[in-house]
Amino acid sequence: MMAEITYRQALHDTLREELLRDENVFLLGEEIGTFEGSYKITAGLLKEFGPKRVVDTPICENGFVGMATGAAMLGLRPIVEIMTINFIVLAMDEIVNHAAKIYYMFGGQCPIPLVIRTPGGGGQQLAATHSQNLEVWFAHVPGLKVVAPSTPADAKGMLRTAVRDNNPVIFLENLALYNTKGEVPNGDYMVPFGQAKVTKEGADLTVISYSRMSAMALDVARRLEQENKLSVEVVDVRSLRPLDRETIVNSVKKTNRAIIFEEDWRSFGVGAEIAATLQEEAFDFLDAPIKRVASVEVPLPYSKPLERAALTGAKQLMEAIDELKPRRRR
Amino acid sequence: MDTQKKMQPDAESRISVHDQAQASIPRDEDRDTLLHYYYQMVLIRQFEEKAAEMYAKAKIGGYCHLNLGEEATVVGFCAGLEPSDYVYTNYREHGYAIGRGISPNAVMAELFGKETGCSHGRGGSMHLFDIERHFMGGYAIVGGQVPLATGAAFAISYRGSHEVVACQMGEGTTNGGPFYESLNLAKIYQLPIIYFVVNNQYGMGLRVEKGSAVSEIFRKACAFDMRSERVDGNDVLAVRDALRTAARFAREQHEPSLIEAVSYRFRGHSVVDPDRYRDREEVQAGRAGDPISAFSARLMAAGLLDENGVREIDEQVQQDVDAAVQFADESPDPPLEELFDYMYADAVAPGDTSMKGEE
Repeated sequence: MMAEITYRQALHDTLREELLRDENVFLLGEEIGTFEGSYKITAGLLKEFGPKRVVDTPICENGFVGMATGAAMLGLRPIVEIMTINFIVLAMDEIVNHAAKIYYMFGGQCPIPLVIRTPGGGGQQLAATHSQNLEVWFAHVPGLKVVAPSTPADAKGMLRTAVRDNNPVIFLENLALYNTKGEVPNGDYMVPFGQAKVTKEGADLTVISYSRMSAMALDVARRLEQENKLSVEVVDVRSLRPLDRETIVNSVKKTNRAIIFEEDWRSFGVGAEIAATLQEEAFDFLDAPIKRVASVEVPLPYSKPLERAALTGAKQLMEAIDELKPRRRR
Repeated sequence: MDTQKKMQPDAESRISVHDQAQASIPRDEDRDTLLHYYYQMVLIRQFEEKAAEMYAKAKIGGYCHLNLGEEATVVGFCAGLEPSDYVYTNYREHGYAIGRGISPNAVMAELFGKETGCSHGRGGSMHLFDIERHFMGGYAIVGGQVPLATGAAFAISYRGSHEVVACQMGEGTTNGGPFYESLNLAKIYQLPIIYFVVNNQYGMGLRVEKGSAVSEIFRKACAFDMRSERVDGNDVLAVRDALRTAARFAREQHEPSLIEAVSYRFRGHSVVDPDRYRDREEVQAGRAGDPISAFSARLMAAGLLDENGVREIDEQVQQDVDAAVQFADESPDPPLEELFDYMYADAVAPGDTSMKGEE
């Protein structure tokens, strides 16, 4: 059984189901209760579960992320909402120095079953401090898991996996994905971490992506196919740490050309890691240099034309595909 | 306890660390318990002196911060809590670990980086841990433990159980954000936690008056309408009683509180700190308040201890500390093939091909 619902609804329903399933699961964050969430993911949950399970916090990201980590040390399973990923910067100490370290540093005595949900992404004229994509900071850190679903089905399946995982998980959402719709399996549907998904098969080149850019890449690839121009394979990485290198490498071994499409900044970005992996593991299969399509390296400006010029998107991907495509179709 | 009175920065709230020797031992105190406190204080003293020695011999690496001079604070803190209570500390925590019942062997082995250490050699001096004794970690980022401890108290409150959390920190920690955020959270959620500030008057080399707009740290709690008091950190019984009162308050009233224990660090910030920023007279005055000699004088005055007893305890402790060194020395290093153990709490996801450190 499948139902077509939005990404937002998939998240909401999964939170609700996990709250019903396990008494140790609780939600906390800014404005998630009375206000029902800045992006309404938690709408109705305070009313249904009460203030013990749906905890409104004051504005103190480091404080409440650390508090959630401490609660996880005693076996609770907190799900934190950080209003947007930009604010997670205030909680870096508790995430990087504590949540990510406690299990290892203390010799495996105390797991941290913690989920931190947070949306990234730009394009809504929110300017420099409200439009960032900082997930790579976390993907860099051993001890964390970082996942970034691009579809409502994966949003459900991966959030469920995150809640049941015994490690700190950064669960990346995206402002522009919340209203997107898709088929979502009913029931106890879970998507394991560390498994990329080939969302469209193709022969001419591979676009590797995650989160919103992955959804965009799929649209572009389908359009090119319909127009009978090119057969593009799309790999949705879905999980940045652990990273499914095998699926990425196998796809490029087949198509021999790779573009990494990412909304974050290009330097030291997710694309840099994937490109490095490809040259290490698929060097002999590459027919052309790997391309990275990413956002321009400026703090995102407010002005609409400037913002448009700074962000990457379908147009930039099309241009890169055009440059990289094989001269003769296969 | 009268919060308002305690919050007044008047002469009464100022601690003279030299008053203790004159104070008699209350009659209802149990002799064995008192001698146990004394034993633990001496154990921590000798353990720390030995740690400094082992550091100089390069048996111990990294940073190493000692509790020398803070023995009454440490033992009083531990004595005021129940075994089921949870303890979080900063990186100056060898004494607290021992006070909570972790064997000196396991602590020394951790300092030596051995597999038998209480964090299996992964943590070192600043990151001692023992889940069974609810010793929830030494933390080496100043302030990092404070939100964590607050969260542990949140979990206790969530479950409706009766433990309390005691979160130790230095006075320098009270100048940073995590302290304020945590006290605020603890108060609004009514969490069973004791924030225990050891005011040894220096954050590394910065004197408390230079680093803190309010150098009577206990007064900071008034911003959160939180009960607080200041105690003589050189008086083991005063510290214990303050902890007991605060723990009862947390258990019964579900309210957080703050205790400031005024203490003095006998040596530099860490073993390698030559301590040039404190003048000699000040250090001598600080050392004159030695909590161990003060307590032994009180015990002797009460007829609970004599010179022989002191010697016996010294000798017993010396044996214990030597045994800890021998145990640590003879223990194996963690095996190299276990480098990736404890990375993640779950088994590797099926089909995963990532690096070990990633999953």
